[in-house]
Amino acid sequence: MITIINYGSGNIRAIGNIYDRLNISYKIASSPQEVHGAQKIFLPGVGAFDETISMLDKTGFREVLDKEIIQNKVPVIGICVGMQILAESSEEGSLPGLGYIKGRVKKIDETLLKQKPKLPHLGWNSIQIARVNTLLDGVDEEFGFYFLHTYYFECENDSDILATTNYGKSFASAINHENVYGIQFHPEKSHNNGVTLLKNFATL
Amino acid sequence: MLRSRITPCLLVHKKGLVKTVAFKDSKYVGDPINAVKIFNEKEVDELMVLDIDATKEGRGPDFEMIRNLAVECRMPFCYGGGVTTVEQAKKIINLGAEKVALSAAAIYNPGILKEIGNAVGIQSVVVVLDVKKKGLLGGYEIYTHNGQKNSGVKLKDFLIILNEIGIGELVINSIEDDGKMQGFDFKIFDFARNLTSMPMTILGGAGNIEHVREAISRFKIIGVAAGSLFVFKGKYKAVLISYPDKEERKKLYQI
Repeated sequence: MITIINYGSGNIRAIGNIYDRLNISYKIASSPQEVHGAQKIFLPGVGAFDETISMLDKTGFREVLDKEIIQNKVPVIGICVGMQILAESSEEGSLPGLGYIKGRVKKIDETLLKQKPKLPHLGWNSIQIARVNTLLDGVDEEFGFYFLHTYYFECENDSDILATTNYGKSFASAINHENVYGIQFHPEKSHNNGVTLLKNFATL
Repeated sequence: MLRSRITPCLLVHKKGLVKTVAFKDSKYVGDPINAVKIFNEKEVDELMVLDIDATKEGRGPDFEMIRNLAVECRMPFCYGGGVTTVEQAKKIINLGAEKVALSAAAIYNPGILKEIGNAVGIQSVVVVLDVKKKGLLGGYEIYTHNGQKNSGVKLKDFLIILNEIGIGELVINSIEDDGKMQGFDFKIFDFARNLTSMPMTILGGAGNIEHVREAISRFKIIGVAAGSLFVFKGKYKAVLISYPDKEERKKLYQI
């Protein structure tokens, strides 16, 4: 059972739709009580860094996430902004992040992009696997995933990088530290690759 | 490498899919959900669905339809039509759409873009501009309400505003080339490309894959949207949904 955190932002339904089709059970947690005893946690994300973090604080999710993820080592995946809030801080906002993976979120450097379009990084881009992990098993690296973002996660430790993607320069598009996973792209909108990844997460 | 996007653009009229010519003479081409199912199988890059009745009828988006579409879509889905408020935009994103498109509301009240951006993330906000050339030297003007109302706003001036706001994507739709399948009028798109660096999608005129190839080769990374190209087949415009297969696209992206 996957527990999808509903903190006001994020396209939860699109992720749920895929798990429905895969016949993988999930629940949408709209209150912290519903997260207790979770086996897998999903942090969706569309929106801004500070707004997402303050929603987690305001709704009381923060505390239960810390407990389940840090103490109980429940596997968690954050997508897009859900990944970025795993960092310690972000240039997009002023609030501290969850700090589950060491690093900070930075704006994509426009000056490194030699041609238009520049920002946001929008569309299908390939990934290059940096470290073998079940999460990316069976994924077609060249076909890649759908991206839509302006900020990216800069890991403090390269060993936390699962895959990289090039846009101006190479950045971490999938990360992992112990039980914590983050992906910058949108698996819920990435056809078979996305379905494969979501299925992989369910079997971790 | 980031790839260009080849995007079917579907128009909704009276709950069915239609295709127009120069924004008129709409021809029924099928059921939206059925079309999405076919586009899923073809693994299309993205899908854009525009409700062309909403603004004209002065009503908001049909959330039931959006919900049904979003459930089916396995590709990024952009909805546009009748969006005027932050609440509507939020609801559309929460129903599972990736992007929400505005046209009339953005032109008459650009401030709404920032407000919507604050709620759903500015990268998810798309602006669709229906444009037409004004005289020989008049530049390009933006139209609303299905191309029937001249907003009086010049494309050049409006792009400055959009650059300041920093939206996620700009769609330029050439009214006079709509449905004609005679190829893109690159003058309009060059004009817009030169004035902004945000992701751009061109719409209006694609009639065959060569037109798509031409656009990608010209802009390198671009969104190429089309309606007729992906719903009609042959000289007599029989309705048949098609989309270049993976191998064909691979070649297109590498130009």
